[in-house]
Amino acid sequence: MGLSLTRAAQWTTAASGVDKLAPTPMNESLLKEVLCFVEQFSSQHPQEAELVFEEPLQWSTTLVASDFKTDYDISDLDVQSPEKDNEGRPLLQLFPPTVCVRSFSQLSKLVKLADNKKMEEVQACLEENRDPVVKILGPSLDSILEKEDAHTDGLSLVDEGKEEDQGKESDVKVKLFLLLQDLDKQLLSKCLKAMDGRVGLDPDAVRNEVEMLKRYCSEGEKRVLKSVRYTSDYVFSNGCRAPPWRQVLNEICYLVIEPCDTETLYITCSTAGVFLNGGINREGEQTSDVFEDIGALLKSTSPHFAQNANEQDFEAQELPPTQKTQHVESVDAEEQGQLQRSDEQQEKNVHEKAKQQHAPNKAHDRKKYEPCPRWKNLGLVSPCGKTPAGSVPVDTFSESSSESEEEEEQSERRPESDTDLPSEYWQIQKLVKYLKVGDQTATVLTLCAIMDFNLMQETCQLAIRDVGGLEVLINLLDTDEVQCKIGSLKILRKISHNVHIRRAIVDMGGLQSIMKNLDSPVKDLKALDAETIANVARFRRARRTVRQYGGIKKLVKLLDCVPNLANLTAEQEKDVEVARCGTLALWSCSKSTNNKEAIRKAGGVFMLGRLLKSPHENMLIPVVGTLQECASEEKYRIAIQTEGMIKDLVKNLSRDNDELQMHCANAIFKCAQDKQTRYLVRQYKGLQPLVSLLSKAHNKQLLAAATGAIWKCSISVENVTKFQEYKALETLLRLLTDQPEEVLVNVVGAVGEFAQIPDNKATIRNCGGIRSLVNLLTGTNQALLVNVTKAVGACATDMDNMIIIDKLDGVRLVWSLLKNPCADVQSSAAWALCQCIENAKDAGEMVRSLVGGLELIVNLLKSTNNEVLASICAAIAKIARNEENLAVLTDHGVVQLLTKLTNTTDDRLRRHLAEAVGHCCMWGSNRASFGDAGAVAPLVHYLKSKDKAVHKTTAMALYQLSRDPNNCITMHDRGVVKPLIYHMGSDDEMLLEAAAGCVRNIRLLAQENRKAKLFH
Amino acid sequence: MSNMSAMKKRLIKTLAESISGQVELFNTAEVECLIRDYNERLGEPTSPGKGAPGLDRVKFRSILQNTFGISDDIMMDRVFRKFDKDNDSSVSTKEWIEGLSIFLRGSLDDKIKFCFRVYDLNDDTLVSMEEMYHMLKNCLPGLPTKEERDEGVKDLVEITFKKMDRDHDGRLSFSDFEQSVKEENLLLEAFGTCLPNFKRVEAFEQRVFRELQK
Repeated sequence: MGLSLTRAAQWTTAASGVDKLAPTPMNESLLKEVLCFVEQFSSQHPQEAELVFEEPLQWSTTLVASDFKTDYDISDLDVQSPEKDNEGRPLLQLFPPTVCVRSFSQLSKLVKLADNKKMEEVQACLEENRDPVVKILGPSLDSILEKEDAHTDGLSLVDEGKEEDQGKESDVKVKLFLLLQDLDKQLLSKCLKAMDGRVGLDPDAVRNEVEMLKRYCSEGEKRVLKSVRYTSDYVFSNGCRAPPWRQVLNEICYLVIEPCDTETLYITCSTAGVFLNGGINREGEQTSDVFEDIGALLKSTSPHFAQNANEQDFEAQELPPTQKTQHVESVDAEEQGQLQRSDEQQEKNVHEKAKQQHAPNKAHDRKKYEPCPRWKNLGLVSPCGKTPAGSVPVDTFSESSSESEEEEEQSERRPESDTDLPSEYWQIQKLVKYLKVGDQTATVLTLCAIMDFNLMQETCQLAIRDVGGLEVLINLLDTDEVQCKIGSLKILRKISHNVHIRRAIVDMGGLQSIMKNLDSPVKDLKALDAETIANVARFRRARRTVRQYGGIKKLVKLLDCVPNLANLTAEQEKDVEVARCGTLALWSCSKSTNNKEAIRKAGGVFMLGRLLKSPHENMLIPVVGTLQECASEEKYRIAIQTEGMIKDLVKNLSRDNDELQMHCANAIFKCAQDKQTRYLVRQYKGLQPLVSLLSKAHNKQLLAAATGAIWKCSISVENVTKFQEYKALETLLRLLTDQPEEVLVNVVGAVGEFAQIPDNKATIRNCGGIRSLVNLLTGTNQALLVNVTKAVGACATDMDNMIIIDKLDGVRLVWSLLKNPCADVQSSAAWALCQCIENAKDAGEMVRSLVGGLELIVNLLKSTNNEVLASICAAIAKIARNEENLAVLTDHGVVQLLTKLTNTTDDRLRRHLAEAVGHCCMWGSNRASFGDAGAVAPLVHYLKSKDKAVHKTTAMALYQLSRDPNNCITMHDRGVVKPLIYHMGSDDEMLLEAAAGCVRNIRLLAQENRKAKLFH
Repeated sequence: MSNMSAMKKRLIKTLAESISGQVELFNTAEVECLIRDYNERLGEPTSPGKGAPGLDRVKFRSILQNTFGISDDIMMDRVFRKFDKDNDSSVSTKEWIEGLSIFLRGSLDDKIKFCFRVYDLNDDTLVSMEEMYHMLKNCLPGLPTKEERDEGVKDLVEITFKKMDRDHDGRLSFSDFEQSVKEENLLLEAFGTCLPNFKRVEAFEQRVFRELQK
């Protein structure tokens, strides 16, 4: 609150000029944070919430007396809270329009009362109490907060606080102080994040310049500066070195520079420019004009620098090119490509010149740069507006974000000077020259000569690019000479294994030229062409290019062949080879979602299905690879099933080829989400080969695929039975330790499915599986946690297992996963808790022993995720069976929170919500409370749901609620009787009884009423 | 007149039958088409009984250039010599069809043999470096000066010779050539274009055999 708020507010008020918070998005998000903090404060920190402020927070409110409910003492003059401080002053007092608040609990209440005006209230409060922390905690504590290093020694602070004030109150005060400080930090980091995207910080430029200035600090006569250093060695992730609270003011870093002729300079670098500051720890004080860069500042303050810097400009010019590539490392792929291209173009120019000169020398190269003043070259002139490298907006591609195997740009290793260039470089340069000037015969001979180099070696690959060979090779593809095209592609398909070459090809539009040859009548050419595409299309932009230029259709056409004839003619064999290369290309392309769809639309699924009949592994691997890649899309999964490919996939599981087996298992993994597919896998006897793949534990990728397939297949109980014949569970349980996470996720998933069968629960116990599972509960992988909690929950349905889980403290671990930020983990953990609570021996005691557990679970009723809500309701229903715990739940406001949810239309949530309501009725005046809160009417409506499970729990809840006469009246008014009478005819005894019981209660009330009337 | 043409037809038929007996790659009907095409190319109708003079060097070269896209002087001359098996300076019907069988339907082995014989300028069953240099001397037309061109060609010849001389005996024998080409098919026409390309073959077959395709 202190730092961030006052600073952030200053920062914006300066812009607006008035003493109000400007309606900027950043302020709004700050307000929201603060509001959220205040709202939750009294429930999360009840003790601190009661602490009385040193001074009341006072502001003019829009609230009026009538807004306050009956818990306040309302008189004509004012509104007072019944709670008073030890001097007898009310903690909340309203003299319209001024309101005084003296504690956080009152603040929370007030904010709740304000309802839709709560933002305005918070804003007004902050505007009129410019230093809320001082008012809350008193000036002494707040001054500590103001110390900029305060957060580094929080512990010593606690001690200080203790000395100042005695007793419990001071303890609470310090805690509150720490809480406020946390909020402060949170707000600051939020501000910074927002600013990062908006304001033009450019730490990179500063860094580059400092690096260069450091070169001036050499010893000897030529030295221009004595020393250049930063005041801090720590670099934040955004590249700044200034502490966060100063970054808010757009400051990047501070420098101490010792020039040769003047005194030491203390310099502040900010996005707005560079200026001299007041010295260490007084960085904010500006003591000079603002300069556009450090160089300009130095030139104006140090004549020695100004004189000598110019002379050395040339040397500074020769920054190694790597510096530039480093600069772009973290940038998005597209951006990278472009930057790299410009980089390349520069290089090309160099080579162009080198060629003309035959003997390139450095002096010549240097001339080229002469006109640019050095500082401009480094991009320092623009004071702001440049976004820092790290925050370039995320890509705007239409492609899926789940791109697998996206390759990362590696910084290039490049020889530093000409002398380091290998002899291959010069030979290749000569040959590329022949390519440019030769006729067809010479071209073919030259291409063959280039092929004799080791084209898989990076030196040769980059040499070809660097001497301009790529352009020539690509140009050859646009000619009519088949031999030349073939030769060119034979080189391209090899060098395109290199990331930089791929990008260069795409950058120069080479992919389009390559794709033109896919229609060629010459089969060798088509095959080479497709193979080259397979290599080039390893990154997103290339894949998109293939699609946009109609490459997918052409590639799918290549697949047209009959692969499984007994005797192939030479021509047919060539067709098969073309199809194989085409599939390789499609495999690369299929890593983009849009391409998957394009392949499907072009009829690729049928073609792939036909190729799947091939007997050759080198054909099957790309085919199955493509299929499993595409099986992430539902349309493919359906097609794979309906085109009868499951049979072939299963068949190939048994081939002795790890890669093929892996792809087959992966395909089954993805497809077996579908019930029919699971049936087919069993039908074609695919379960046994899957289990036998588990023996190949050394190949983790294969193991992950196989366990994944087993997991998904085991969703069908019949499959689990079958798996048991092959002792699958025992093998899986052995894989619960010492495996990579991607294997563990699947193994645990499978164990969770196996545990649905009672016999298996004992097996899991006997093999020590419970302990392994509980151990995994402490992990961080969310997918794994979802599966582990599910498996633990399934195991907990066995009493003996539950004893072990309890002994290993598993319930506490599961419970603490409710705090996980991932909704899937939360709900999965809550479902597991249901099982644990139901099957634990002394569940009530167990639950109570978890400090803060009940509060945590009640608070999750504020979640926005229906699955989480449903699971939490189910857990609450289980917990509420214990009266003492129900009492605690009630204290935490479970009735109100449940009631708030009753308007849902989600049947799954409705079912468990009704169950929870039914069970929560059993305490105190909860029945009446539900009625008062308005839970009854929506519940009556649930009876019209189409889900039978909802009817049952609803009828039971209504039966409970109907024991309160007022609720009966509400129910009757809402027409509950008719649907209940219908349900009284149900086959389900519990539903029937609950419905009947409810109707009976309504009847009894009516009778009583009549009697009362009669005897009145 | 109709009598004449009927007689001619019969003659062509007998000739076709006899030739197709010797050339495996074409059937009789195809040979018939080829003969008719040959006669058309020859221009003047050949009267029966008289010995046909056949295609002379000039006519042959123009066919090579226009129909088969072979335009290098040395190559055209060498191909003519290889078609003209009896060395009578004219390509007879039979020689023409035999040659075409390699052009149009030849297997890789046939083509390797044919190309090697074309490149073996002095028919001594070896391709020497000098022969190579002679065939390739104009292959780098883009270089500005004659010195550079000569230098480049020499370099290219050396690279290629080193590459193809499998047994390192300093001579390029047929088996050297054959091995090299089998390993890298692109080397088939290493020293000059002496075979029609795919497109030309296709166009030629389509035109000459169009009646058969109906």
